[in-house]
Amino acid sequence: MEPMPKQLKILNWLTIALVAAGLYLAIWYAPREAIMGEVQRVFYFHVAAGWVGALAFLVAALSGALFLIRRERRWDRVAMSSVEIGVVFTFINIVSGSIWARPIWNTWWTWDPRLVTATVMALVYLAYIMLRQSVDDPDRRARFAAVYSILGFISVPLTFLSIRIFRSIHPVVFGAGDALSSGMSSPRMQVAFFFSLLTFSFIYGTLLWHRLRLQHLSEKLEIQKMKMLSAEN
Amino acid sequence: MIEARHIVKHYGLKPVLREVDFMVDSGEFVAIVGPNGAGKTTFLRILASLARPNAGTLRVAGFVLPAQAIDVRRRIGMLSHQALLYGDLTAEENLRFYGRMYAVQNLEACIHDAIRLVGLQRRRRDLVRRFSRGMQQRLAIARAILHEPELLLLDEPHTGLDPDAAAMLDGLLREVTQRGRTIVMTSHDLQRASDLATRVDFLFRGKIAASFKQGEIETQRLLEMYRSVTRG
Amino acid sequence: MAKRVESDSKISKPRGSSLRVYLRVIGAIVWKDIAAELRNRQMISAMLVFALLVVLIFNFALELDIVTRDSVTSGVLWVTFAFAGTLGLNRSAAMEEDRGCLDGLLLVPIDRSALYFGKVIGNVLFLLIVEAIILPLYSVLYNVNLFVPGLLLVIVLGSWGYVAVGTLMAAMALQTRMRDVLLPILLFPVVLPVLIPALKASNAFLQAFEVGDIMLWINLLIAYDLIFTTIAFLVFEYVVEE
Repeated sequence: MEPMPKQLKILNWLTIALVAAGLYLAIWYAPREAIMGEVQRVFYFHVAAGWVGALAFLVAALSGALFLIRRERRWDRVAMSSVEIGVVFTFINIVSGSIWARPIWNTWWTWDPRLVTATVMALVYLAYIMLRQSVDDPDRRARFAAVYSILGFISVPLTFLSIRIFRSIHPVVFGAGDALSSGMSSPRMQVAFFFSLLTFSFIYGTLLWHRLRLQHLSEKLEIQKMKMLSAEN
Repeated sequence: MIEARHIVKHYGLKPVLREVDFMVDSGEFVAIVGPNGAGKTTFLRILASLARPNAGTLRVAGFVLPAQAIDVRRRIGMLSHQALLYGDLTAEENLRFYGRMYAVQNLEACIHDAIRLVGLQRRRRDLVRRFSRGMQQRLAIARAILHEPELLLLDEPHTGLDPDAAAMLDGLLREVTQRGRTIVMTSHDLQRASDLATRVDFLFRGKIAASFKQGEIETQRLLEMYRSVTRG
Repeated sequence: MAKRVESDSKISKPRGSSLRVYLRVIGAIVWKDIAAELRNRQMISAMLVFALLVVLIFNFALELDIVTRDSVTSGVLWVTFAFAGTLGLNRSAAMEEDRGCLDGLLLVPIDRSALYFGKVIGNVLFLLIVEAIILPLYSVLYNVNLFVPGLLLVIVLGSWGYVAVGTLMAAMALQTRMRDVLLPILLFPVVLPVLIPALKASNAFLQAFEVGDIMLWINLLIAYDLIFTTIAFLVFEYVVEE
């Protein structure tokens, strides 16, 4: 049984500390927002979750490309682990956005470019997972997943671009103004905001390491099993 | 013609081929026999450049695989237990298609000869969809040799053929060997393999367990040995 | 065979320039797809019937009265093409799976991208044929003039982009357990960058907006077509090879 490497243990504690600090900053340190009230605090988690979703997507696409070039299975493991984490955070992003939107814009949903793009990204993630689940051959699974993640990664920003361009031609005004521009007036808010980005990035890294380690251990188990079975023969 | 050293192939974590060494000289007819799941089809596909080994070196027809795959493909023909033919095209059209793909010269004459060789002149304008399995396999041979490959790879070609069709296939294979081609055939029919081939190799649990030249050993003893090897 | 003596030289040196061989392979694949389709006409008829059904359903689903009709025509058309397109893509990929023909294609001594382009061109042709039939039909049924040159250009460009990505996805989908059901799931989120400008430009042409404005969408379409085609043909070999 391989014990957890020391660096990972340190990272665990560091991340927990960051989360604690981040919570403090978001809930107590940052001032109450004038227009939107307490619900604005969701923002610190919402954007950071979206950031992790995008980061995980990028990592998945890059690992996919590396797998295709190098044909080393560990890149496929990184890609899959990254997607597992990314899809969760993307959903947190969408749901927290919805929770924030309801009292502010009086609607659970709007078709603004960022939301649509986040949804599309979530759909690409889901398609990726379904693709993986649908292939038995491990080499083929890794290849297909890599190809799809590369195409998906190119496609999502292009979708955002197209919708954004549409908005600039036909500008649509909705609700109480653009959240990003209005919400960051106070420097204390900015501190809380950037700190949450940092914290979530650490959460991502920690989870990714744990997931990879889990995968590695599970494969070791598989190999042991196979050795025992063939030794019996 | 073929130089394979230490070929390794995995299916995920499971090893399918463990350091297979395999040499074939020009003009030989080698049969690879083994139980299902031994890795015969996988190995043949690697030789055909349809799959890549995880490790090992491989030279086919003088070229390195997988680096010079295109040069290798020009010189090999393959027969699978699937026909590799388009059901909605006629026999002629199928050959014409493959002839164009392989840039065969004097295509119409070659098609004519190939169809005559496999005895399908009367059905040349019929849709492949309507062919029996035996006829499809015959047309598949025509397709495989159309571009005059030096090496023929056959993956259990007798599968699903009735005795008449199988006998006809054997006749064709003998004729094809006489013209100096090299053939590698996988099979789980040991009797047939030892009748046709100049050499029989046993592939068992991902390794070549034994190799016998034609005449070295009686077929009966071969069968017994095969059974004892596969039983462990 | 009397030609045996010369035959060794027949294949060892490639005949003609490699570009001509490449183009001939693409041509052979396109010809093969057309010839097979002419024989049974299953793909085109399935796509057509399905497209007509979709148009019919839209008639009931949306209020297609004279006023709203113009603004939704572009959307109805593209949804129809996208759905009918998946049928064609699946059928085209399934043809190579029948009797193991994909191996036959992979054994050909040519770069894999030739196989990709051969299939894409064939698929685009079939989709264009279906669109060429649906457009006049829609025109007649709803009394809308769809013969605007700009619209036709957009349909061609959009169809190419859709098929460029779709051919790759269909090749993958058919090798999975879920098979053709997986195609729309894989394809639609990824092909949006092509569909969105296509939709906007189609709408703009139909409602006779300023051509200057529309050029932006056309340029985007062309750019996306180029990007997707390039990436798809680069990764295609990983989808078909082991």
